[in-house]
Amino acid sequence: MHDIVREAANFINLDAMNIAYLFIVGFVGGLVSGFIGSGGAFVLTPAMMSLGVPGLVAVASNMCHKFPKALVGALKRAKYGQVDVKLGIVLGISAEAGVLYGAHVQESIKKAFGDAGSNLYVSVAFVIILAVVGGFVLRDAWKTYRSGNMHEEEKVTKLAHWVQSINIPGTMVYFKSLNARISVLFTIPLGFATGMLAATIAVGGFIGVPSMIYVLGAPSLMASATELVIAFVMGLGGSFKYAMHGLVDIRLAMIILAGSLFGIQLGAIGTTYVKPFIIKVVMGLIMVIVLFSRGLMVPVYLSQLGLIQTLGDPTVKILKNTSFAIMAFALILGASIVLSAMWKGRRAEREAAQEVLEHGKI
Amino acid sequence: MARSNGRSTKKKPIGKMVVMGVVSLALYVLLLSEQGVINDYFSRGGLVAFLPIAVAFIFSIVHGSFTSNFWTVLGIEAARRKKEVR
Repeated sequence: MHDIVREAANFINLDAMNIAYLFIVGFVGGLVSGFIGSGGAFVLTPAMMSLGVPGLVAVASNMCHKFPKALVGALKRAKYGQVDVKLGIVLGISAEAGVLYGAHVQESIKKAFGDAGSNLYVSVAFVIILAVVGGFVLRDAWKTYRSGNMHEEEKVTKLAHWVQSINIPGTMVYFKSLNARISVLFTIPLGFATGMLAATIAVGGFIGVPSMIYVLGAPSLMASATELVIAFVMGLGGSFKYAMHGLVDIRLAMIILAGSLFGIQLGAIGTTYVKPFIIKVVMGLIMVIVLFSRGLMVPVYLSQLGLIQTLGDPTVKILKNTSFAIMAFALILGASIVLSAMWKGRRAEREAAQEVLEHGKI
Repeated sequence: MARSNGRSTKKKPIGKMVVMGVVSLALYVLLLSEQGVINDYFSRGGLVAFLPIAVAFIFSIVHGSFTSNFWTVLGIEAARRKKEVR
């Protein structure tokens, strides 16, 4: 505990450049989170660490910016009728348990295998989960695009139909996003996995959103909006836990929040202009690109653990920098798709309004 | 000349944006000018944990309201056609 407090006391000095950097990273992260419900946070922890912020303080400060951001995003998207508060809270509670268990697993791995072991675990989790889920989401989006049914209603999967057909007395709850009653027992493992992923790679939504879509049968727009409620519940509990240890650097958290609240509002507005499958495109693309970013780091940690031949310092530096650059690229690409989809949507709306005006004149 | 575009004729919340912008800026100036004291208190842990949480809530309300009005004043709003989510 004394070590933790000593580390916490080691808060960095902030100059104008650092503030501008955190603001911009916060904005881009917020934009993506507002659109797909999460996904902006994973680049913030390494971004803070690149400024010299200790790892735990970076994780804690990231968490403390995430819950107010998610709150603002959820309120904004609730105005568009996209949020299922009940589902968000139910999933959020089991996600909180997942966060605690995930953090415990992390600590155990760190104790047994040190920092390199812990980093290897995180990177392998990134690669496996993002490959499976990201690949699936992207394939689904591609199939929708190829079929030309982009405007049609999203189909509920067979698995979701099955989940919705199971009746377990005493556990059935109606969720408006599903327009069906399902057993809350199905939500527990999904929320738990979301929380565990959040504690491991900082983005629980990469499991939360696809599971709401494919396992429970929620539409993409509602799933991504409801994820913000889960992120709020998880972030609030997590922030309190870290703050109890004095690990939150509130200056960092609030500066990132300054940028991310501009971003999250814009991302939320963006969802009203796009076809639902675009949410899957952005999410799937980010997941698949980030998986390569983390995959590059696997040899570094394997070498640190002595499981493969030791890598030279220049090689490690190149791999680390390339990994960070790929991660930043994933986020920027996601943000660009959101902005361009929004731009096209607004232009189409203006043209339609103009047409109505001209016809009116005639 | 009357304009048929409902959004263009709607009054923009410039006043609200300015007020919330000033309050938000004041909060950030306070946070950065008093960072020594704030860091000292907030890194103590224990029951003081409610302080960063409370600060995060306050900033989210004030700055959230400012950013929302900011985009509205710039004319960037949700699509008028209500999206069907199902």
